[in-house]
Amino acid sequence: MVDTMAQTSVAEIGGERGRTLLRQMMTIRRFEEKAQDLYSLGLVHGTMHLSIGQEGTAVGASAALTRNDYLLNTHRGHGHCLAWGSTPDRMMAEFMGKETGYCRGRGGSMHIADVEANNLGANGIVAGGVPIAVGVGLSIQFRQTDQVVMVVFGDGATNEGAFHESLNMASIWKLPIIYLCENNQYAMSMSVERAFNIERISQRGCAYGIPGVTVDGNDVAAVYEAVKEAKARAQAGEGPTLIECLTYRWRGHSKSDRQAYRTREEVREWQDRDPIPRFASWLSLTDEQVGALWKEAEGLIETAVSFAQASPEPDLSTILEGVYA
Amino acid sequence: MPNMNNGTMRELTYVEALREALTQKMRADDRVFLIGEDIGVYGGAFGVTAGMVEEFGEARVRDTPISEAGIAGACVGAAVAGMRPVGEIQFMDFVTISMEQLVLQAAKIRFMFGGKATVPMVLRMPGGAGTGAAAQHSESLENWFVHVPGLKVVMPSTPYDAKGLLLAAIDDDNPVIFVEHKLLYRTKGHVPEEMYTVPLSQTKVVRQGRDVTVVATSIMVPRALEAAETLAKEGIELEVIDPRTLSPLDDAPIVASVKKTGKALVVHEAVKTGGFGGEIVARIAESEAFDYLDAPVRRLAGLDIPIPYNRTLEYHTVPQVENIVDEARRLARGEF
Repeated sequence: MVDTMAQTSVAEIGGERGRTLLRQMMTIRRFEEKAQDLYSLGLVHGTMHLSIGQEGTAVGASAALTRNDYLLNTHRGHGHCLAWGSTPDRMMAEFMGKETGYCRGRGGSMHIADVEANNLGANGIVAGGVPIAVGVGLSIQFRQTDQVVMVVFGDGATNEGAFHESLNMASIWKLPIIYLCENNQYAMSMSVERAFNIERISQRGCAYGIPGVTVDGNDVAAVYEAVKEAKARAQAGEGPTLIECLTYRWRGHSKSDRQAYRTREEVREWQDRDPIPRFASWLSLTDEQVGALWKEAEGLIETAVSFAQASPEPDLSTILEGVYA
Repeated sequence: MPNMNNGTMRELTYVEALREALTQKMRADDRVFLIGEDIGVYGGAFGVTAGMVEEFGEARVRDTPISEAGIAGACVGAAVAGMRPVGEIQFMDFVTISMEQLVLQAAKIRFMFGGKATVPMVLRMPGGAGTGAAAQHSESLENWFVHVPGLKVVMPSTPYDAKGLLLAAIDDDNPVIFVEHKLLYRTKGHVPEEMYTVPLSQTKVVRQGRDVTVVATSIMVPRALEAAETLAKEGIELEVIDPRTLSPLDDAPIVASVKKTGKALVVHEAVKTGGFGGEIVARIAESEAFDYLDAPVRRLAGLDIPIPYNRTLEYHTVPQVENIVDEARRLARGEF
């Protein structure tokens, strides 16, 4: 594991930008905590996949891209949406199934998309977005723009057949795709130790003739550096990169998880590597500065909840809308 | 007006009609590209794209590895990101490997994202038995897709419709499953040279008749027409209807026809159980045509077995002209 902060990034993601990114991480953390509270209160139904503990990957990756690039997201993707620029207001409204939500209450937590911002959606199917990235990459190549597409998925997705087909096609056609694997150590209950007979998921890159790198996913700067490099490579016409970000989800897989497959010690060990204080310390912020950012983040979430609660439910008369264009 | 060549209407095969549609559309719209297995220099397993790579190059007539999930996914992604891809699945059977991308992604993206995305893609694939290709290269799986809201399902039965429906499918902003039939590829018919569209979801009465309504799809349309010629000599007039687009289905012409004839026969090649015929029968039963029925509505479909290899067994697995003749005659005579 690369466990040192990449110093070359200071100019790009330090200072004022760094504080914005840190507040994004805090917003993600508080958003998901609040979503869980609202679920407990019965205000959000269904299920949700929380990414608490993985905020460093989401924020570091999005920071290296522009909103002119494309995002294909995972089922555990609230963090990536917020980092990409989705507003907590419309996300929270979606969680509550409201008409003002990103998907008009039709998608819920697992399917948040903001197509106008080139966020092509979170995916409820493990590896579901991975083959779609090939098509987005082809579109970019046909249109000859300098865009890239980042597709985010978990460790579990790399054992799906679609992963293999996608990476191979992307490689032979040198498509501008960044494959961002969030290795949070578990595919639901199946640990990476049990699911892989290789040291690193990034090793799989060599099977497709593309670079595979592993970075500390709780290190914003390391993720940022890796994605920036992959983007440059993609824009130079050299094709895709597989980036494995080592991280950990603090909460269960979804709402039904009793977490019988791991120990509390293991969770605590990873909580000691919390990406948020780590990035705050990298930015050399004082406790007061950090406290002020937490307050700002909390304010955003309060506003989001108010907005969502005040928003209307979808009208039943619109139930058939959106099936066909 | 139809094009005239040397005083006769121009005829093309079904394959040539499809190729002409693709060629004309690719000349007109640079968002359109083709992607599939062996569609380049090889020209496609059935020759639909023969010669096209020479005009449009390897990027727009794109050979892929054997990756059916990847082909479908590439179409979905390109469509969402502004292109109008036309994918080819070499045999309809292989689309089973693409199902996740089609059923869970292409069909649902628009609805799931609150109506804010479009997926304008076409996936062409040949179905059908009759070539001795046995159980894994002869499937007719169209009704799997009919069962998925968000997908459109098209099955042309003539060269004219093949061209016009394909052009309409490419223009459509929804994912379209475009099902061709291997035995129709070499059939000939009138095809105008200019670009034209046959609108989706527009059922066609292809032959007028007073005695029995026959709703047929794909290859069963020419077989039903042949049966109708035979029965006409006996004084039995079949009204043959081709839905052309199976979903979303325009059922009004079917209901109107059954009100006229009082008798209905549905013919398709796919296995009977769970097949499209059940949907047609249900639409008739639920409609105002129910009161006009003089006999049970009948289905003539593939046997509920995989397609066998043996020539005779294969022949008897799916409806043939003589089966349609027998069944329609019995209906007309009130023998059910």
